[in-house]
Amino acid sequence: MTAIPPLIHAWFANRGWSVHPHQKTLFDRRLDPATLLIAPTGGGKTMAGFLPSLAELADGRHTGLHTIYVSPLKALAADIRRNLRIPVDEIGLPIRIEDRTGDTSATQKKRQRADPPHILLTTPESLALLTSYEDAPRMFDGVQRVVIDEIHALADSKRGDQLMLALSRLQAMCPGLRRVGLSATVEDPEAIARFLARHPDPCRIVQADPGPDPDISMLKTREMPPWSGGGAAYAIPAVMEQIKQHRTTLIFHNTRAQAEIFFRNLWLANDDGLPIGIHHGSLDRQQRERVEAAMVRGDLRAIVCTGSLDLGIDWGDVDLVIQVGAPKNVKRLVQRIGRANHRYNAPSKAILVPANRFEVVECVAALQAAQAHDLDGDPRGPGPRDVLCQHILITAAAGPFDASDLFAQVVSAGPYSHLTRAEFDTCLAFCATGGYALQAYDRWQRLRRRDDGCWQLRDPRAAQRIRMNLGTIQDTDTLKVRLRRNRGGKPLGEVEEAFAASLTPGDTFLIGGQVVRYEGLREMVVEVSRRANKKPKIATFSGTKFATSTQLSDRILRMFARPEWPELPGHTAEWLQLQRELSLLPTRDRLLIESFPNDGRENLCVYGFAGRNAQQTLGLLLTKRMEETGLAPLGFVATDYATLIWGLDAVTDPRALFDLSALRDGLDRWLAGNAVMKRTFRASATIAGLIERNTGGQRKSGRQATFSSDILYDTLLKYDPDHLLMQITREEAMRGLVDFSRIESMIARIGDRIDLVRLDRVSPLAAPLLLEVGKVPVKGAAEERLLAEESARLLQAAGLSQP
Amino acid sequence: MNDLAFSFFGQRLRALGSGALWWPEHDLLCVSDLHLGKSERIARRSGRALPPYDTRETLDRLAADLAHSAATTVICLGDSFDDIAASQSLTAEERLQIATLQAGRKWIWIEGNHDPGPVEMGGTHLAEMTQQPLVFCHIAQPGRQGEVSGHYHPKVQLRIRGRSITRPSFLLDGQKLILPAYGTYTGGLRSTDAALADLMGVDAKAILTGSQPQIIPLPR
Repeated sequence: MTAIPPLIHAWFANRGWSVHPHQKTLFDRRLDPATLLIAPTGGGKTMAGFLPSLAELADGRHTGLHTIYVSPLKALAADIRRNLRIPVDEIGLPIRIEDRTGDTSATQKKRQRADPPHILLTTPESLALLTSYEDAPRMFDGVQRVVIDEIHALADSKRGDQLMLALSRLQAMCPGLRRVGLSATVEDPEAIARFLARHPDPCRIVQADPGPDPDISMLKTREMPPWSGGGAAYAIPAVMEQIKQHRTTLIFHNTRAQAEIFFRNLWLANDDGLPIGIHHGSLDRQQRERVEAAMVRGDLRAIVCTGSLDLGIDWGDVDLVIQVGAPKNVKRLVQRIGRANHRYNAPSKAILVPANRFEVVECVAALQAAQAHDLDGDPRGPGPRDVLCQHILITAAAGPFDASDLFAQVVSAGPYSHLTRAEFDTCLAFCATGGYALQAYDRWQRLRRRDDGCWQLRDPRAAQRIRMNLGTIQDTDTLKVRLRRNRGGKPLGEVEEAFAASLTPGDTFLIGGQVVRYEGLREMVVEVSRRANKKPKIATFSGTKFATSTQLSDRILRMFARPEWPELPGHTAEWLQLQRELSLLPTRDRLLIESFPNDGRENLCVYGFAGRNAQQTLGLLLTKRMEETGLAPLGFVATDYATLIWGLDAVTDPRALFDLSALRDGLDRWLAGNAVMKRTFRASATIAGLIERNTGGQRKSGRQATFSSDILYDTLLKYDPDHLLMQITREEAMRGLVDFSRIESMIARIGDRIDLVRLDRVSPLAAPLLLEVGKVPVKGAAEERLLAEESARLLQAAGLSQP
Repeated sequence: MNDLAFSFFGQRLRALGSGALWWPEHDLLCVSDLHLGKSERIARRSGRALPPYDTRETLDRLAADLAHSAATTVICLGDSFDDIAASQSLTAEERLQIATLQAGRKWIWIEGNHDPGPVEMGGTHLAEMTQQPLVFCHIAQPGRQGEVSGHYHPKVQLRIRGRSITRPSFLLDGQKLILPAYGTYTGGLRSTDAALADLMGVDAKAILTGSQPQIIPLPR
């Protein structure tokens, strides 16, 4: 067993560092086919991953690519390149290190394919793209190691599934490839190990010393948190005070819109002019890079951010993490807290800031769970088949392939190890012909089978379109925002197309911390000016909405059951007490339903505590039943703990709606026509390659030529309901947006113990829901009634009569 | 299917919720922009295989409207086929479906920009057709009187009590009537788009399709 080369040892010693035990273990086990390292942030994780590569490359004899490093973030790849350069240059190692992401220039990318560096730092999408070129085997020739950073984040997503499929192809080109995964603290390391390793290779799990427990508290403010909303404006002075007391503070938000509002409020209160930045995924790249660079230099005292900073960029001197809004999941909270005090063996310091009264309860529950090391998480199902379809197309883009060879590779990927040949063949048929029950236009199929049995693209030009549409990240369509100038003003960021469509000239909104005025839309760019003096409309950025975990919801319900709440601030305890007096507090083994009139509409509030997605599904199922019984529901909104439904007519006997066995029996039929299924279908159909996001220059502009993917869904539902994409849509919906499993466990939990409370006005606990965003419309009889009313009103207003 | 009666150029017409136009006095049904064979054309041009059921679905809806109106004359107002090759690639079942609809009816294919030439299909092929006092053509010509056309796939978006509702729509003013696209795989052009807004006169109205068609002043 070779030791760590003396040169590298000497460098460690010069810095006064010693090699951590887990770094040593990873080095000693470097010939293992797969190793998973679980270490807290600041534990020298990245160095542990790269040490074997530096040692193997130290003598300068390796030519071509040696190590591929994959991270979920472009910024992380660039950051690691900078950080890795330091030891490599100081030790004087002859190693070329380059990054390759969506931000890399075309020239640089081309050169990298012809003359790859020793160490390539990239993202799952860029790696998958590389495997789609015909010259992939030449570029990857001789690759020894792949290091996957933040694998815990990738293992939760389709990006990770795509990465593992790309690795299965890489492994076929480089049989000796060794895999290392670097992970933050997780609740089930075995699952990540199975995800990482080539099936059925073993994978050793190395646990680094987790370090001391973090110091977490809830922010103490003089102001009370408001009844609802996510802005946390009340906390601005107290947060400002914390920023002043610390060197560098990261202020995490759950959504981009909340980060924007908070940043603006913070800036208005920034009397000392402290340098504070904002960072989130909708901002223009240059703007993000400027903030990152300033952070690395230590120029900033605080950054308001979102999940875009969740992962391991080394910010150096962060000594406080503030989480604004309830952490929906204890594991992510613990990982975020790990961002503070990036030095080993120093406790991280974190403060939770509830944005509203209910979040006070959630924050206290999360805090207690974190202190008890009670991490949460749900096991993930098998690898999704829409990602597999895309993988088949990517493989075809690289050249002809043999179906059996490809199948053998696919089942070597952890998430797909249980895939059957029949399932694989269905995906292949979908890629080739569409896989419809009606075999209509087979001569135009995308893949055709050659005489030698291999599959290839019918039209080689299709390879380009496959590459352009590669990836599994489902961004809703966004439009760039620019300042209006003579020739292309300064880019500010992006907003959702639906938000842009709702703007009329003169409207104002927040982006990058500034209020801008909408001037117009030109060539699919939102043009704005700084002539804004109105209160901003808020950009509705799409941000992933996480559901509160089952474990956290249970903690909250257990808390409600107590006679009093000394652990809660007085105002929150009083609020819960008021709810208990005016209505009831939800409990774990009963279902509370409130019914009350408000603002000319009838409302029904169902406290299922099943998490946002399941509550959303409950909303869909209940409104469907209301529609059938003529109760004219108009829409609903779901939060993690309740669903609020409103309609034109009063629900006089809500009990009839809550036949729980009927809810379950009718699920399939009810799901078929709803908006969540259509959204899920759109996502899967896009990943699987049926819908193209990019058509090469001709950006969809909402003109006649394009039609809604809903029409495709409706058509399949009617004529081919068992089609692969419909199967995938149902699977995805059941475990993702629909999350029916949590409704089922709720049903099992409460049986027929339903409490109905009729109130003359909104209850304390329901009040926040009236202001929730993300309302889902119900397209039923109520809509026709609204249209008829509006038609009559408009005609009358225009002085016209019915024709 | 509910319909909405309205008058245009002195004629009593009915807008069907499906997007078809019914002229009871002449037992005439008019539909526009069927785009039959669209999935075939997309597969041919991009390899993308959309569900190949669009033609069947469009014809099924047309069959239902013919049953409802008992029309003896059918005018397809152009872009009936997504292109000429698509018209040649219809399956035997789809051809039979069309022939069944045509049986015992006068059937007119108006030429559109997608299907400028005659197609190999029964019926009469015309550049445009006059049934006094109305003239039927594919693309509206500014200044013409009593004209019924298609081409633009008009749709209307309304915001009502915080709800955004979008529907394919008929547009009409004193001179012209523009039909919504009838084909299954068709998108729409918002009535606020300059191409449509500039075309329609000051007194223009829109009839929104749906289970109960509604008429409103044209949103611009």
